[in-house]
Amino acid sequence: MPINLETIAFTLFAAMCVGGGLGVAVLRNLFHAALSLLLALFGAAGLFVLLSAPFLAMVQILVYMGAIAILILFVIMLTQQVIVPEPYNRQWVLGALAALVALGALFMVIAQLGGGDAPYLQPQPLAPEVSDSGIAALGSDLVDPGRYLVPFEVAGLLLTVALVGAISIARED
Amino acid sequence: MSVPLWMFLLVAAALFCLGIFTVLSRRNAIAILMGVELMLNAVNLNLVAFWRYRTEAGIIAERGGVAGQAFAVFVFIVAAAEVAVGLALVIAVYRSRQTVTAEDIDLLKG
Repeated sequence: MPINLETIAFTLFAAMCVGGGLGVAVLRNLFHAALSLLLALFGAAGLFVLLSAPFLAMVQILVYMGAIAILILFVIMLTQQVIVPEPYNRQWVLGALAALVALGALFMVIAQLGGGDAPYLQPQPLAPEVSDSGIAALGSDLVDPGRYLVPFEVAGLLLTVALVGAISIARED
Repeated sequence: MSVPLWMFLLVAAALFCLGIFTVLSRRNAIAILMGVELMLNAVNLNLVAFWRYRTEAGIIAERGGVAGQAFAVFVFIVAAAEVAVGLALVIAVYRSRQTVTAEDIDLLKG
């Protein structure tokens, strides 16, 4: 892997992603964990930019960091249980074991990318160069009756139902 | 693109496994929700990485060539709905039981 701007940016954003995720997993103070969730989400947004999906990066920053993470911070402050004496439950060893097993399995699958005789599994593919990231294509595909119009409308309905449900669940009666 | 695909996949795998650990091991219900967010993000990263590297160069930005991004958009929508309802449930449980510790919410325990 040559050292250029792209690989440096990748290393930086990947470190933010994994470091933030590690913070969510291990930080004792829940508020700090939520802040490190923000860091992980920002790293993922940077990786989206590197993958030439700037629209998704923008949505990630607006929706995930701007709405979801802030909502989580609000609920943490509302419930006032920021620092607990024991952040992990009794089965945390099993949880760590399961995570490690999953990591090993995923690692083996990724290692398969370099081998095998299927045409899908070519060694270390590099992405084709593109000048346009396909924002216009994404926009017209999402409202195209032949493509994603129905899932798009169903997703809108799901959001409406979820928000009405959230309000009616959280409301004091 | 001078970064190979497997590096993106490795970052996503690490993020996903941290999410698994958080969901299985944390006691606080809000922390469990944060773990779910991490896992959804890892999946999104995988979807976009495979889209970027596995779509033919000619159609990657054409109509019909952005399936990976469209999938990721729907994952975003589902994640937003999930966290809204999940946090509303946490608030409702906290109001009635004064706790957000997942182990203490055991009304259905026999």
